[in-house]
Amino acid sequence: MIEITDLAKHFGAQVVLDGVTLSVKEGETMALLGPSGTGKSVLLKTIIGLIRPDRGRVVVDDLDVATLSRKALSRLRGTIGYVFQNGALFDSMNVFENVRLGLTDPDQFKDLDFARSRVADCLALVNLPAETTGKMPSELSGGMRKRVGIARAIAGRPKYVLYDEPTSGLDPVNADIIDALVKRLDTELGVTSIMVTHDVRGAFRTADRVALLTQGRIAAIGTPDDFLASEDPAVRAFLQRDFELSSTSSGGVDR
Amino acid sequence: MTALAIQVQHRVGRAVLDTLAAVGRFAALVVEMGRGLTEVRVWLPRTLDESWNIGVGSFFIVLLISSFAGAVTALQAGYQFTGNIPIYVVGSVVTESVVLELGPVLVGLILAGRIGARYAAELGTMRVTEQIDALESLGRSPASHLLIPRVLACLLMIPILVIFADVMGVASGWFASKQALPVTDADFIYGARVFWRPFDAWYSIIKAFFFAGAIGFVSCYMGYSTKQGAEGVGRSTTGAVVTSSVLILLLDTLLAKLLLSV
Repeated sequence: MIEITDLAKHFGAQVVLDGVTLSVKEGETMALLGPSGTGKSVLLKTIIGLIRPDRGRVVVDDLDVATLSRKALSRLRGTIGYVFQNGALFDSMNVFENVRLGLTDPDQFKDLDFARSRVADCLALVNLPAETTGKMPSELSGGMRKRVGIARAIAGRPKYVLYDEPTSGLDPVNADIIDALVKRLDTELGVTSIMVTHDVRGAFRTADRVALLTQGRIAAIGTPDDFLASEDPAVRAFLQRDFELSSTSSGGVDR
Repeated sequence: MTALAIQVQHRVGRAVLDTLAAVGRFAALVVEMGRGLTEVRVWLPRTLDESWNIGVGSFFIVLLISSFAGAVTALQAGYQFTGNIPIYVVGSVVTESVVLELGPVLVGLILAGRIGARYAAELGTMRVTEQIDALESLGRSPASHLLIPRVLACLLMIPILVIFADVMGVASGWFASKQALPVTDADFIYGARVFWRPFDAWYSIIKAFFFAGAIGFVSCYMGYSTKQGAEGVGRSTTGAVVTSSVLILLLDTLLAKLLLSV
């Protein structure tokens, strides 16, 4: 379980998070929506301890992330898969080596036969052919890089997966593939997920609950149906804006 | 107090705070690297790879530069030493100039550009494309995976490259003396040995070691603390080259004062 309480973070004069409180239950998929620059990615990075909060607590499996020792934080990170916005694949390594790095158990990492088998399984889970293993990140398309990033995140069989804009910059077809993949992984692997996204349609299709982050706070939270029925001005404004953007960019949405 | 004075005070104060913050971040990075040293299995193979890369990659340019430095020193010495100055002094000037100064400093400055820029750009790009965050998110230490191998490779290979540069510089100076000046082998060898002290060779290596530290630590710090995308990578790369070059010149002066003072 992930529990975030009164989380605040500022960079210089800019207040990014201003008292975020959020709870994500075991096995749940939570989509975090919000306009650009509202601190969605900062929130994810705070959960995994890449950014230290100015105030508040992030508790994962009863462990307060900010107070953990280096070793304990490293162990905790082994239970969390993080999918970065642009894949964040290591340029100097091929796909096999990238995904292998996701094996956070040192014994599994060293066992080359196990690593080969696990990498192949993970690539199959994200619908990538086995030949991809030898390719360098620069030889992959944007969608493939994201899928390799997901394969790396799930290689260590994490309990939690954090997705940072998994569909941004993708065409609708590839975005649909990634959304379906996220849904399938959550169902098949039973992980608890938080997905940061701008894509309302994808969020509604994949998430059990949706939260809207605006002006550094959670403005609304509920199931996709709750959101669609919400009269909250912040929710209506965000959905309306998204609808207008989607109408002009891709010819409409199917919510 | 006038508005201008307040503004100046504000800027000076800001600059002091920024500098102190940078020193703090650098110290934290060094501590992090110290902790990462325990992961020998991680950094050792990467250090060997990096050492091979910078050693082999820089070998030709180091030999080229040192050979020109030695030859030019010999020719200019021959031009200046006329009249009562014995010609064998050319051997002394070439050997001492190359070993004490030209070898380590020229190689240091060239490698500050070649290796320093490369490390800062590599790490900076990894930072802005979230590869370093990705490494941390996988529970792995950027210090043992990225920083320690680069710094150790510098500390290991730059002194070796300087030894080759010293040998090449003296050899090319000897060759140029014989070709362009009335200097025999015996003259050159005699001149080279007159003022030679074994400590001179150690001094060259000690300097190279300090210069290597300046290049390794500064370029890794600059690259690792890159911010703001491609522009930030450019700024870090330029900063790494300029800062490590200035540091090399400062260390050069400081070490001469500390180690060569009579």
